[in-house]
Amino acid sequence: MEAYLSLLTKSIFVENMALSFFLGMCSFMAVSKKVETAIGLGVAVTFVLAITTPLNQAIASLLLKEGALAWVHPSMATVDLSFLNFLIFIGTIAAAVQIVEMTLDRFLPALYNALGVFLPLIAVNCAILGASLFMVERDYSFAESAVFGTGSGIGWALAIMAMAAIREKMRYSHVPPALRGLGISFYLTGLMAIGFMAFAGIQL
Amino acid sequence: MSAQPGILSKQQREALIDPLVNNNPIALQILGICSALAVTTKMETALVMSLGLTVVTAFSNLVISLMRNYIPASIRIVVQLTVIASLVIVTDQILKAFVFDVSKQLSVFVGLIITNCIVMGRAEAYAMANPPGASFLDGIGNGLGYSLVLISVAFIRELLGSGKLLGVSILKLTTEGGWYTSNGLMLLAPGAFFLIGTIIWALRTWKPNQIEAE
Repeated sequence: MEAYLSLLTKSIFVENMALSFFLGMCSFMAVSKKVETAIGLGVAVTFVLAITTPLNQAIASLLLKEGALAWVHPSMATVDLSFLNFLIFIGTIAAAVQIVEMTLDRFLPALYNALGVFLPLIAVNCAILGASLFMVERDYSFAESAVFGTGSGIGWALAIMAMAAIREKMRYSHVPPALRGLGISFYLTGLMAIGFMAFAGIQL
Repeated sequence: MSAQPGILSKQQREALIDPLVNNNPIALQILGICSALAVTTKMETALVMSLGLTVVTAFSNLVISLMRNYIPASIRIVVQLTVIASLVIVTDQILKAFVFDVSKQLSVFVGLIITNCIVMGRAEAYAMANPPGASFLDGIGNGLGYSLVLISVAFIRELLGSGKLLGVSILKLTTEGGWYTSNGLMLLAPGAFFLIGTIIWALRTWKPNQIEAE
């Protein structure tokens, strides 16, 4: 249990997807102009990450890993399909996003409308694929990848919400014209990353 | 501007050269920032990454442009993703076969070329509506624009962060009896953010038409 708690805090704060691995930066910069939309996207990303990371873990360990197909027939014990990782993962993610979209549309139309165009865009958010690839590289178990996926999502959501809140306040300050918009956002993210570095080394 | 006017048409030349400064994918289109920051602590990884991305963008543009009249609009994203993912798998296997060390350092970021918005963005915005030749050049141009930013960031980070370029010691570090105290911030995540911010600042001071409206 403790190990999971430690993994959770690690994935939320210490190894924050956005601030220490730079994943999901494109939407991080593009969608952090208003707090409301940032919250929507953050929730959606967390949701999809929590589903796809364990799902991909199951697929990778039951079908793609070297020797994983031994349960089909002993002669397939040497088959290594791990080069298909990328293709399968992105397929799962696209499918999961589609399912989430349809489910929300059917049961929670209010949330669906609030998320709007961001839902389909999540399929190409690097944080989602990144979490699955990190999961393979670090050899997480099913439970670990579920915790890691959820934690990464929460961390990313936290970062984009904080960023959006700062950017809303920025409207009242005088930024040099050439630095306006994208430039100053990079400086802000850098400062936030320094802040998050204070969590480094925390162990539960 | 070394394009030969006889061989390339005006449209093709623009497709190749525009993304370098006037329409840079990172600085202006806000595409592909994710990997731009993570692989730039060293020149070597940045060079390999740039090469990989340029090749993937060029060929995905070419393939998608060749198929553009046959792709149904409703499933185009899936088709594009499949093309891109296949190209990335090939790139990844080649990197693993020939430059294994670098491929280990790049870790997940080779795979993340799939979701790099530059590849997807150019496929959607350019290759779906233009002939194969121009699309191929557009892919190379955007890949080079990305490489330009990536390599300049890596140059500064490696030089100031560890006093080296491509692994060769340039500024002798104090830890090795030299005079240069390395700037640790450059090797950490925040350093990359500050550098890209500064590059954008410089670029927009030079080209004021890129300044965002208030």
